[in-house]
Amino acid sequence: MNIVVLVKQVPDTWAERKLSDSDKTLDRASVDVVMNEIDEYAVEEALRLKEAATASGGEASVTILTMGPERAVETIRKALSMGADKAVHLTDPALAGSDALQTSYALAQVLSTLEYDLVIAGSEATDSRMSIMTALLAERTGQPQLSGARKVTASMEGTAGTVRIERQTENGYDVVEASTPALVSVVEKINEPRYPSFKGIMAAKKKPLTTLSIADAGIDAAQVGLASAPSQVASFATKPPRSAGQVVKDEGDGGVKIVEFLAAQKLV
Amino acid sequence: MAEVLVLVDHAEGTPKKVAYELLTLARELGTPSAVVLGAGASAAADRLAAYGAETVYVSEAEELDGYLAGPKASVLAQLVADKSPAAVLLPSNAEGKEVAARLAVKTGSGLITDAVGVTPDLTAEQPIFGGSVVVQSRVAAGTPVITVRANSTAPTEAPASGTVEQVSATFSDADRAARVVDHVVEDKGGRPDLGDASIVVSGGRGVGAAEGFGIIEQLADTLGAAVGASRAATDAGWYPHQNQVGQTGRTVSPQLYIAAGISGAIQHRAGMQTSKTIVAINKDPEAPIFELADFGLVGDLFTVVPQLTEQIAKRKG
Ligand SMILES: Cc1cc2nc3c(=O)[nH]c(=O)nc-3n(C[C@H](O)[C@H](O)[C@H](O)COP(=O)(O)OP(=O)(O)OC[C@H]3O[C@@H](n4cnc5c(N)ncnc54)[C@H](O)[C@@H]3O)c2cc1C
Ligand SMILES: Nc1ncnc2c1ncn2[C@@H]1O[C@H](COP(=O)(O)O)[C@@H](O)[C@H]1O
Repeated sequence: MNIVVLVKQVPDTWAERKLSDSDKTLDRASVDVVMNEIDEYAVEEALRLKEAATASGGEASVTILTMGPERAVETIRKALSMGADKAVHLTDPALAGSDALQTSYALAQVLSTLEYDLVIAGSEATDSRMSIMTALLAERTGQPQLSGARKVTASMEGTAGTVRIERQTENGYDVVEASTPALVSVVEKINEPRYPSFKGIMAAKKKPLTTLSIADAGIDAAQVGLASAPSQVASFATKPPRSAGQVVKDEGDGGVKIVEFLAAQKLV
Repeated sequence: MAEVLVLVDHAEGTPKKVAYELLTLARELGTPSAVVLGAGASAAADRLAAYGAETVYVSEAEELDGYLAGPKASVLAQLVADKSPAAVLLPSNAEGKEVAARLAVKTGSGLITDAVGVTPDLTAEQPIFGGSVVVQSRVAAGTPVITVRANSTAPTEAPASGTVEQVSATFSDADRAARVVDHVVEDKGGRPDLGDASIVVSGGRGVGAAEGFGIIEQLADTLGAAVGASRAATDAGWYPHQNQVGQTGRTVSPQLYIAAGISGAIQHRAGMQTSKTIVAINKDPEAPIFELADFGLVGDLFTVVPQLTEQIAKRKG
């Protein structure tokens, strides 16, 4: 079973995030960056599926795929040190400012050059917060989308596989099934990601990392990047951070105090 | 005026509040048409007409409930091709966003998610980075596909004809690729849905046990509110997972959010920090939730919450 994990590098959510004044894109240069938190769960799930497949005598591999600036290599190394086998890094100045639709086009181009049974993504990137990458890729590849998984099982018979997930819905949960190759996204309930071991960190340095430009990946420059983005930011305004309101200590009349506040706000 | 398509969120033909909000918004942008897909769809027409739907496109094809987002996006893509609407509005929940994503690819259109407002020139307003930045965006290609958050527009009635038109959809193999083999509905006890509710009362680890949620539910019921929970509470099995609010749970932006026994971790904030008014009850004065609360009460939720419920009941008489 060959698994590709989509891993994104994002600004640390605890850091102050800004849009740059010049081109109104995320200012990635001035902030600390980390692996998108839920993508760690995606890597973990891929490693567990690989371990389960090899334990029952099958063959399996885990490939990390990242589109992002040069420094995203740090995030790729982290995924490799967790135990992934190899990585593909799509990086090119022409990609800067791409929106979600363009990113999905670029990732789909790279996916078309890889052999895989499963693609696993995180459910949501903390910077875009769109939660649509698997849906976009499903539409582009014609492959099934199984999004928001809190549980994944996959079985392979030779090259034909079946994948089944459990996904949270607004009033319960659904069980969804599809044939491979398929695209899965996972939520944090699915597992507990491992920490890279010292051995893993050392081994990661020697693992194969392929760096692709858009030309290498057969990506049409006219379809990516800020200038041709199908959605454009016209303007933006920074709001003062939500300032803390009143904080009062309960003196036995806490409930009364809250109601007074709510009444003043016309909320009750 | 050009048509504006609104994908209706409904349960067996009963529209959710967000559908009326989207129709109200669509009236500012053009002539609203409702699109109702899946089992029970036909039953929704009259209600949608009351909120301004001139046309109600209906399909109850089995595929619409049996598979994930693909089939719904196919129906919408056919309508976009046939009717050339000015825009398509969808609810900004998990399904709405996925349908929007697939529709945008199918129609070669630009996509904006999580809008809280749309102006007549189709500029969408989106809060990003937890509401610290507000962006005005426009779609530069195709038919704007915009998902709009619940509670962004106050729904108002405006009777329209609501002419029902059946749409006969054709589906591809790709639409049928991810099959829903089991659909499990867990009881919600008749409370409003988290996504719809204008008030949400949430409990966290401070609630201590499943039984502790009794006082949270009583407060919610007195306010007509939905009940939410932090991950600590859902992971402990005190409250159902579907009620989790946060980065990987539901994103809510009600008029009022009351957090009891919740510390305010960044992943929890991600799901509630654009609420209009936030009230926090926590016994730790250092809890980060107080940084974003409009009104914070440092105290024990087991005494404060019941007193609050009692006071509200009294006011309501
Ligand atoms: C990838 C990822 C995704 C996540 N997604 C989510 C998510 O979607 N939603 C979410 O909520 N979390 C999420 N989390 C978890 C998050 O990081 C926090 O662990 C969680 O929100 C903590 O829940 P809590 O505030 O209830 O518990 P705690 O942080 O333990 O806080 C409990 C609070 O209750 C107070 N308290 C205790 N007893 C009382 C009392 N008697 N009266 C009043 N106050 C009391 C305490 O002072 C404390 O502040 C995620 C984490 C990760 C890593
Ligand atoms: N540039 C990228 N490179 C690799 N994976 C990505 C990228 N952008 C998004 N993803 C994947 O898609 C998921 C959802 O992202 P989003 O739809 O933007 O919220 C992330 O958790 C990643 O797994």
